[in-house]
Parts: sequence; structure tokens; C-alpha cells
Amino acid sequence: MPAEATLTVKQILSEPGAPVIVFDHVQLAFDDFVVLKDVSFTVLKGHTKIILGASGSGKSTSLKIITGLLKADAGVVWVNGQRVDELTESQIMAVRTDLGLIFQEGALFDSLTVRENVGYKLYEESDMPLEQVDKRVEEVLGFIGLLEQMDKMPSELSGGQRRRVAIARAMAFKPSIMLYDEATTGLDPITAITVNDEMVKLRDLEGVSSVIVTHQLRDAFYVATHMAVREGGQVRIVEATPGKEREAEFMMLREGVIVFEGDADALRHATDPYIKEFLS
Amino acid sequence: MGVLQRWAKSVALEVQEYVYLVCAAVTDTFTRPFYYHDVVEQFDLIGWGSLTVVLLTGFFTGAALASQGGMTLDQFGARPVVGRLVSASMIKELGPVLAGLMLVGRVGSGIAAELGSMTVTDQINALRALGTDPVRKLVVPRVLAGFLMAPVLTAMSDFVGLVGGWIVSRYQLQVATGVYWSSVTRALYIQDVWMGVIKPFVLGFVIVTIACHVGLRTSGGTQGVGRATTLAVVAGSVAVIAVDFFVTQLLIYMMY
Repeated sequence: MPAEATLTVKQILSEPGAPVIVFDHVQLAFDDFVVLKDVSFTVLKGHTKIILGASGSGKSTSLKIITGLLKADAGVVWVNGQRVDELTESQIMAVRTDLGLIFQEGALFDSLTVRENVGYKLYEESDMPLEQVDKRVEEVLGFIGLLEQMDKMPSELSGGQRRRVAIARAMAFKPSIMLYDEATTGLDPITAITVNDEMVKLRDLEGVSSVIVTHQLRDAFYVATHMAVREGGQVRIVEATPGKEREAEFMMLREGVIVFEGDADALRHATDPYIKEFLS
Repeated sequence: MGVLQRWAKSVALEVQEYVYLVCAAVTDTFTRPFYYHDVVEQFDLIGWGSLTVVLLTGFFTGAALASQGGMTLDQFGARPVVGRLVSASMIKELGPVLAGLMLVGRVGSGIAAELGSMTVTDQINALRALGTDPVRKLVVPRVLAGFLMAPVLTAMSDFVGLVGGWIVSRYQLQVATGVYWSSVTRALYIQDVWMGVIKPFVLGFVIVTIACHVGLRTSGGTQGVGRATTLAVVAGSVAVIAVDFFVTQLLIYMMY
């Protein structure tokens, strides 16, 4: 690609509301089992895309396709102006430097401490001096409120703390897109809210675009209808303004196809019997 | 027919994935990035960690060989050449194979269980998502350590086996120390030494690559990890014996 063209892509992507992730007629099947039949959607810069759906509807698979952990059978996938469906594993590594993926259950490295987990990418895959990495790790752990757990092993943490460490690990290298795979599943409501707050803070204070995969409706609506504001050095989570609320787009998958797309309000008033049943 | 076809396909797939892994591991050894810290750690775990079990095996094998060999040789009045029997058996065959089998039990099972549980808990995908190639980070250090430490362990096992044979020869069979050791060295030709040295390189490589392959292909939760560990030990043990046979044939053809 010529240098000028690259610059144009960069310029476009730096604009607010630029399409950072584009799925264009993506299909995927494992043998005879069709996971994604024909899925197209766009995630805009600084916005939140919440993907809902029952188990096995293809939600997590979509995230794996975005990160290149799985390859789609057909269709085009753009992430930050790069076609990840065409890149080799080594080329995708460059795309992944701007993607923070939070796995179901966290997927923390159980032989490493919390500090080593959070700083993994910076310690192992960057030339950043050690003192700076340590500083960044402490900054990130402070952000999610787990500074005092820094030298513990993941097995010594509670479920909620593990998810928050997973978020810290994914945000440590300052990616502009965060992908959450069932980040609150299996957590009690109070702990789930602490995790939701982290997502809201990252989106509103750091300008991160997010894709949230979940079947926890309560958490999905919480993230869509709240926003983080900084008031005199303090961060507060408040009700979102109508404009802010519209920046969170819901999308529902059913058996590999999109059955709903729209904001929180449209979802609440949806008339489709399947969606109504899902919401009830 | 359907069952047979599915089985043939799955076997072909496993072979294909194994060959891919081996090729990637070899290529990644000579290209950057290279995780020195992990390589040193694996040399310690695989090399130093396996020393005790390999030495004990070698010692008792050498001692048993001398004891058994002594009885057989007595039938021909050839007890003084017991050292020749111990050294030929230990260095050419039993040293590499038994050290290999011990490594399968200790190292192969450990690698399969570790990589298997990392696979089923998505830690391997997490590595990839964080921009690390799991082959470079996990497989290359283990393969290097297995490939280079197996010959060192085997050489030590051989020596300790000869010492075990000497103790039995000297105190049970009443063969003089000088007679034993001169018999040990007289039986050995340079080709025998080469055979004893080349084999463990191949066996170390095969044991670790099989374990890594099985570990990284694990599926099915904790039960799957159990299955992977068993498979790594069974497949590794059979591979050690089979590869030993083929390498022996090749080396005989090339050197003798």
C-alpha cells in the first residue's frame, strides 16, 4: 500500500465516528454446524456495540474473528483499516496491538502474578524500559482498584477481581478497541456492576471503542445507559445523556443471523416475539 | 466405511498438524523474537529436573545387566568380559531408550498437561491475542531443551550405568576393577559411541514435539487434559521404541 494511501486511512480512522470494525457478509461453519450465516455490522469509533444472543448464537465467534483467532469462511472483516480475513498470523500481530480482548473466565496466566499478567505484553512484547512498564502496571491496577493485589497469584483472587485483572491486562498497552466476551457472566450483581463501571470508564474517559458480548441483559443495559464523568479529580458514574445513550448500539444474534439492531430504547420497544421472550 | 473414513481423516489431520508444528518450531528457532528467559527455564526444568530419575534408572539398569550378563557369560567361562556386555548394551541401546522413556514419563506428561490446561482455559488464545506466538514462547524453548538435554542426560545415565555394572562385577562377580574397565573400553568402537550420541538427540526432539502437539490440540475441559496427558505418555513411549529401531537401522546402514 503506498504511503499516501496509508495516511488517508489513518486520517479517516482518527475522525470521531469512523468505522473501526466492519463485518461484511461474514459466514462461518464448523463442518455441518453453521455458526454465522450472514452477518454484517459496523462498530464506530468511541461507540459501544453490544452483541446479545443465546449460547451458541455466534457471539463469541464474532469476537474471535475480529481478533483473527478464527478465520471466517467467507466475507470481509476490516479492523482499523486492515483486512484481517486476508492477513497471515504474523501480520495479524500488528492489528492485535490495538485490540484488547477479555476472555470468558478471564484466561489469566495462572503461573504469573497479577503484576506479570497485567504487564505481560509490555514486559514481553515491547521495548519499553522496565521502570516505565512497572509504572504503567501500577497505573492500570490503580484505575481498576486492585493495586494492593499486585503480587498475588490469580488463584488467590475472587471471580470479580480476576475479571477486572483481565480488563487491566487488556488495557495496559492502551488499545483503542476493547472486546469483552461475557465479562460479567457468573458474577453476582454487585461485582458485575464494578466490572461494568470499568467498561464505562474506559469508553468515556479513555475514548475506547467497545464490543461487548453478553447474555446478561441487566449488564448490557447498564453499560448502555450510564456514562463516566470526571468531577474535580473524582470519577463518577451517572445516567447517560440521550445522545450518549444512542452511542451504544445493540445487536441480537439468533442462529447465526442478526435479528435486531438498534439502541436501548428500540430494543425495549421491540415487537419481535423472540426478542420479547429474550428480554422477559 | 463411514467410520473408517472418519478415522483416516482424523489421522491425516493429526499428522498434518504435527508436521506443521515441527516446521514452525524449527523455523521459529532461527528467527526473532526469541524468548531467552523461557529457554533457560526449560533447560533447568527438563535437564536438571530429570537428572535424578535418569541417573537412578541408568545405575540400576547397568547393575542388573552385569548381574544377568555374568550368569550367562559363566556358561562360556567368559565372566571377565562382562564389562563389554554392559557397555555395548548400555551405550548403544538401553541408555538412550531408557532415558527416553523416563523423559516421556516425566517431561512429556508434564508438557502435555501444562499446555493442555492452558489450551482449555483459553490461555493460548490469550497469548495470541496479546501478540505472542505460542509456538515461539512455549514450544521452541521446550523443544530446544529436550533436543539438547536428552543427549547430556543419556551420557550421564550411560556412565552411571557402567559404574553400576562395575560395582556388581567387582563385589558380586569378583571381576577385577582393571579387567572390567579395560573390557568396557575395548568393546566400544567409535561407531557405537556415535550411535549412543545421535539417538538421544532424535528421541529428545520426538518426545517433546509429540507432547507439545498433544497439549496444544487438547479439547474437552479437565477430562481432555487427562486424556492428553495419557496420550502424550503412550504415544511418546511407543514413538521412543519405534524411532529407536528406525534410527538404529539407518545408522547401521550408514556407519557399519
